[in-house]
Amino acid sequence: MDLPVWQALHEELAPRGFTVITVALDSGGAADAGPWIAEAKPTHPSLIDIHHGVAELYGWVNVPSLTWIDEEGTIVRPNDPGFAGEYFRGMMEPGFDFAAMRTEYQHLKERYLAAVRDWAARGRASRWALPPAEVRRRLARPNPDHARAAAYFRLGTYLHVQGRRAPAEAAFAQATALRPESWAYRRQAWQLEEPGKSGGPEFWAAVKALGDRPYYPRQDDL
Amino acid sequence: MTNVTIVDERTVASVDAELCGEELWISAPELARATGWERKPAGICRGAVCVPIPPLRESEFVRPDGSVNVVALARHRGQAVVHDDTATVWMFGNSDEGRQSMLGSAAAPDFTLPDVSGHLHSLSEVCGKKVLLAAWASW
Repeated sequence: MDLPVWQALHEELAPRGFTVITVALDSGGAADAGPWIAEAKPTHPSLIDIHHGVAELYGWVNVPSLTWIDEEGTIVRPNDPGFAGEYFRGMMEPGFDFAAMRTEYQHLKERYLAAVRDWAARGRASRWALPPAEVRRRLARPNPDHARAAAYFRLGTYLHVQGRRAPAEAAFAQATALRPESWAYRRQAWQLEEPGKSGGPEFWAAVKALGDRPYYPRQDDL
Repeated sequence: MTNVTIVDERTVASVDAELCGEELWISAPELARATGWERKPAGICRGAVCVPIPPLRESEFVRPDGSVNVVALARHRGQAVVHDDTATVWMFGNSDEGRQSMLGSAAAPDFTLPDVSGHLHSLSEVCGKKVLLAAWASW
């Protein structure tokens, strides 16, 4: 789980005018996210987003998703998967090389954290800070289907809290159909339907169905 | 009249409404009581926010008896509106103002969320610092 990594990074870089804000995309609220947060003992703002509203606002469709914001409140990197990678995908296959996965994970993690440190030290001069035109290019255009997907997702969350499971599942299905690329909608809905389903056979079948396409698309070498 | 629940980012309200296809008409007093929106000379307003009614399109938004089509109002503000199968719960999505300004200037849109104890925090509170905004999930 990433939370302890972000907390350590926060402690390291806070003296440089830097802060981490973590957002748990968790419709189950504190009951689901709370134990992980308690374990990480965050001194940074560690927030819970039951509606996935920040994901809607920032165009995130999976976790982890990372956005860099500079001192003026300008986005300098809109959406990266950080040190998440494709390394996990064969995990359920026989003969999977777990050592190779750990090596790749370490490599991506060191690379990503080095990039954050470079930006914290050098700001705009960092090669990882993108110019505004490139940031705008990477931000998804407003899309009526995405707006409806987000509204259906909120409706599903509301109905779920009310204990109306069947209508909640119908609303989540609409959200997922309108934004099929959102693993966050899909896996959250599975998890509310049945704890553990977000990482169950349906998930692995969906990952397999990606074929050559990435689970964590990247736009450059970070 | 049908009793429906309308939900947006600020309110959950039970209201008596007239359901007409995908439109939802609510009488002026009922609307003000339940949501705080009311008709003013500047348009349809809640607090400091006023939505001017486009000239010549008044009948889409307001009837002569003062009732308001809240779905038309939301659409006009760039909000998506969806409802459950029985049309008893209506969800009004966020207006797309934050996202629009982000696309123009790359300005990070503000948001407010609770921490695990329920205390609210906003992005704007850390203005002047570099921020790594990180999404994760328990699932």
